[in-house]
Amino acid sequence: MSVMTLEKTIIRARDVSVYYGEKQAISNIHMDIDRNSVTAFIGPSGCGKSTLLRSMNRMNDLVPSCRVTGSIEVDGTDINSPDVNIEGLRQVVGMVFQRANPFFKSIYENIAFAPRFHGMTDKRKLDEVVEESLRKAALWDEVKDRLRESALSLSGGQQQRLCIARAIAMQPTILLLDEPASALDPISTMKIEELVMSLKEEYTIVIVTHNLHQAARISDKTAFFLLGELIEYSDTSKLFTTPEHEKTEAYISGRFG
Amino acid sequence: MTHRTDTQSQSGIARKMLSSNKRQWTENMTGKLVATFCAGLLIVVVLSITYFIASKGLSTFFVNGISITEFLSQIKWDPEGEPAVYGVFPFILGSFLVTTLAALIAAPLGIGAAIFMIELYPNFGKKVLKPVIELLVGIPSVVYGYVGLTLLVPFIREQFDVLGFSLLAGGLVLALMILPTITSVAADAISAVPQDLRNASLALGATRWQTIWNVVLHSSLPGCLTAIVLGMARAFGEALAVQMVIGNTTKLPGSLLDPISTLTSGITLNMGNTVQGTPYNNALWSMALLLLLMSFVFIMILRIIGRKGLVNK
Amino acid sequence: MRAKIMDRAATIVLTLIAVLIIGILVGLLGFILTQGWHKLNLDFLTSPPDIVKAGGGIGPQLFNSLYLLVLTMVIALPLGIGAGIYMAEYAPDNKFTQFIRMSIEVLSSLPSIVVGLFGLLVFVNMTGWGYTLFSGALALTVFNLPLLVRVTEDAIRNVPRSQKEASLALGITKWRTIVSVILPAALPGILTGTILASGRVFGEAAALLFTAGMSSPNLDFSQFSLSGPTSPLNPFRPAETLAVHIWKVNSEGLAPDARDVADGAAAVLIIAVLLFNLSARWFGAWIYKKMTSGAN
Repeated sequence: MSVMTLEKTIIRARDVSVYYGEKQAISNIHMDIDRNSVTAFIGPSGCGKSTLLRSMNRMNDLVPSCRVTGSIEVDGTDINSPDVNIEGLRQVVGMVFQRANPFFKSIYENIAFAPRFHGMTDKRKLDEVVEESLRKAALWDEVKDRLRESALSLSGGQQQRLCIARAIAMQPTILLLDEPASALDPISTMKIEELVMSLKEEYTIVIVTHNLHQAARISDKTAFFLLGELIEYSDTSKLFTTPEHEKTEAYISGRFG
Repeated sequence: MTHRTDTQSQSGIARKMLSSNKRQWTENMTGKLVATFCAGLLIVVVLSITYFIASKGLSTFFVNGISITEFLSQIKWDPEGEPAVYGVFPFILGSFLVTTLAALIAAPLGIGAAIFMIELYPNFGKKVLKPVIELLVGIPSVVYGYVGLTLLVPFIREQFDVLGFSLLAGGLVLALMILPTITSVAADAISAVPQDLRNASLALGATRWQTIWNVVLHSSLPGCLTAIVLGMARAFGEALAVQMVIGNTTKLPGSLLDPISTLTSGITLNMGNTVQGTPYNNALWSMALLLLLMSFVFIMILRIIGRKGLVNK
Repeated sequence: MRAKIMDRAATIVLTLIAVLIIGILVGLLGFILTQGWHKLNLDFLTSPPDIVKAGGGIGPQLFNSLYLLVLTMVIALPLGIGAGIYMAEYAPDNKFTQFIRMSIEVLSSLPSIVVGLFGLLVFVNMTGWGYTLFSGALALTVFNLPLLVRVTEDAIRNVPRSQKEASLALGITKWRTIVSVILPAALPGILTGTILASGRVFGEAAALLFTAGMSSPNLDFSQFSLSGPTSPLNPFRPAETLAVHIWKVNSEGLAPDARDVADGAAAVLIIAVLLFNLSARWFGAWIYKKMTSGAN
């Protein structure tokens, strides 16, 4: 079997605009996201970074007035095509939310719930998936003796790592993180950042953050958004040291935001 | 799990995204249909109730040939007489009188209790009065009727040297029954008044009572009216509790102490003694139709109050 | 000065009202419990009523009340929860939804006697069943649906949106999300509402007069079959309940201790209602605590 050289771009956005009713939230985004990289979306509140993120796993479908134009391709397939099975899309593109939202179930059940729904019924396999996901999320040692306890008994940082483990258990290709550490204390934040960087080898990660230092620390490429437009998108080191756009420079140096 | 990203083929991702899981889709659709069916059932039930009671109730006029105006306004009710006379005015009057009396007694008490609970002693109100009200709501109406029968009726009989079964007894029993409803709905309305309004009034030097009377009650007027109308609707439709204490004569009452009949008591007492299809029976169904129509009227009144309340805001 | 006097007077009057209401409740409960307490023994609770002699009990009636409650809930809960799910999760902003809301409004304001009469027409006469426990259960289902729908809809809407988002983002379908994630989280609210509805069902009489009927055959508790006129579990037999019995005994009580029987029955009814009310509170609070244990 020939070795297939995988294409570098895993998410391709072309001329993407998102409307909430009459209001336009995002205009004409062109962007390619690389496989196995960490890409950060930065920008002031309301600039559309979360909206764009949520378009990538069609979470915007939950809002009835939302309309997406243009094309978003994941690995060559247009995700808004009517042939696409949305549950399948969300298995490939996972998401972790700003505030940890574990189910009101046990730690074990939180992780096993989705794989079981998608057909994994063998208990031993489920046990394996649970352990492996928790290990990858750097949570296993802390919870291995209390898997049957309620997920809500964990601390905020632990709950968020649980949510990451839960997303990983589905073996997604892409992980979308929507300000995952913004509600956490500095130590938990650091743990999450280390986690993100360790996950890069297996997953493609897109992370929305309002913490510029965080973006500089952990991402390979950074995209700066303002008022729904993509202003600048380049390697992180370049964007933070020699930004091309004056608005980028203004935002990074804290003149607004 | 090995590092599979370098061996995972492109088609793997596409396959996941493009394949449809028949089992999941069927389950999803079935669930939605079941839920929709349950919701639609509500409409079916309401339409059936209206249809069936109306068709039975209207047959008095269209099949048995009794005139509507005579039915509604005649004072004599003698369905077993020769000739049979079907005048439900005594019942209608009785229902209205006992409902109004109950409202006159319960409204000030209920709204007063609500003010006490929200404005005067909120802590005590929440810990003691609110659970008391909730308990009173839960007491079955037959129990209220029974207590009325064993305590109230003899009391009235002794105090006033009358039969005891009376409009007054009915009004008191119903007032007790609707009191919790009025209190809790009024309490909701009063607590919804923004604190700023109270603060502004107090800052201008008004006393607490002045604030309550001029500001709080004024703003919560639609809510309090709703509470009273809801209570009246409940009183109008009450059957057993009221039937046990009002005496059930078809003579028009001359005073509070005279016995009366209501639409509900008339139906309750006579439905079992009549045969389906006879004019007497149909007349009872017409009374039921009146009850149904009155509940529609109450709903419309409530809507008008609600809309007026919004406009004034 | 007048304003201050008014203020003082108003406070006194309002306090008196509050005291009056509390006094009424205490008096009411106290009266019924003290009057009926002496009747509460096992014999009274299990033996059948005696129409002419003294010493009858409320056994069949008590059983009927309980059985009716269970049967009603078995029918009404799925329907009510289903409709509540629709209203909270599926209902679009259209005429159909408006009609449903109006129907709920109308149903919840119908006098219970009207519901009972509808039951008489459809579940007793049209079906040809005659007075049966099942007819009563159907009538009470109609009576209770609005409450259950509203309680379910509110409970579901109170579940944080983030729960739904988390589930959908994992590729779980909408229906499975509702059933496995949202409903369990909404359970405290639904259960509390169910217990309150149960209290209403247990005490309801007007809707049952012409559906479940005003008589009950002497139940033979050794029979377990679902058919047979004296089999307790047979839903297609007349089934006078406790509340209806109280009414009947008072309007046509021939036995010399009719008053006594009614006292005892009323006491039982009140105790049951108190139990329902209290357990609704405690149960709801306990489940809520369990589900959010240790939440930060």
